[in-house]
Amino acid sequence: MKIEILGVGCPKCKMLTASAEAAVKELNLQAEIVKVTDIDKITEYGVMMTPALAVNGMVVSAGKVLSKDEVKKILSK
Amino acid sequence: MGNCMCQEAGVLIFPCSGGSDVGELSDRVARKMAKCGQARMFCLAGIGAHIPGMIESAKSANKLIAIDGCPVSCSKKTLEHAGFKVMAFNLKDMGFEKGKTKVDEHTIEKVANKISGGKVEENISRNSGGCCGN
Repeated sequence: MKIEILGVGCPKCKMLTASAEAAVKELNLQAEIVKVTDIDKITEYGVMMTPALAVNGMVVSAGKVLSKDEVKKILSK
Repeated sequence: MGNCMCQEAGVLIFPCSGGSDVGELSDRVARKMAKCGQARMFCLAGIGAHIPGMIESAKSANKLIAIDGCPVSCSKKTLEHAGFKVMAFNLKDMGFEKGKTKVDEHTIEKVANKISGGKVEENISRNSGGCCGN
């Protein structure tokens, strides 16, 4: 599983990264977490609001700092 | 972090931007409102194409406004089809007829003020010479 955190690196992006890392750990998943900070790459995804979360190349959330439990819910689908 | 996109989405505005005079008017009104800070302009085509990043970005908004030039209401219907609740404005209801509408600064300002409840006008008098004075 590939999880991408889309955002230029502000505190909100860091909070979402922390939620994703905690969720992956609690679910005991084999996942690669990648931070995407290149604005061109972010807009290629169609994301206009950050932070955003993409799982296996699909954007599943944008403009929200998801909690650990919200990320867990998404990853469990 | 000059390009940070993490500010609150707030109000997003989706003009139909159709090929007619009223379509052009919807587009220019949306751009005017965006320039004046009344809303953020967004891409209706991205919603119609179900681009996940755009759909998710739109979900983070407090309010979505659709501006349609004619009663076909493409913007309103596109957004509703994607599952959004929309505040919709139709230029036909404001007296603008397709093929008979002159698109100029006066008309743009008139419509923008109707949609924003006069806030564009307020900004113009406060910031004359600023973005809204253009």
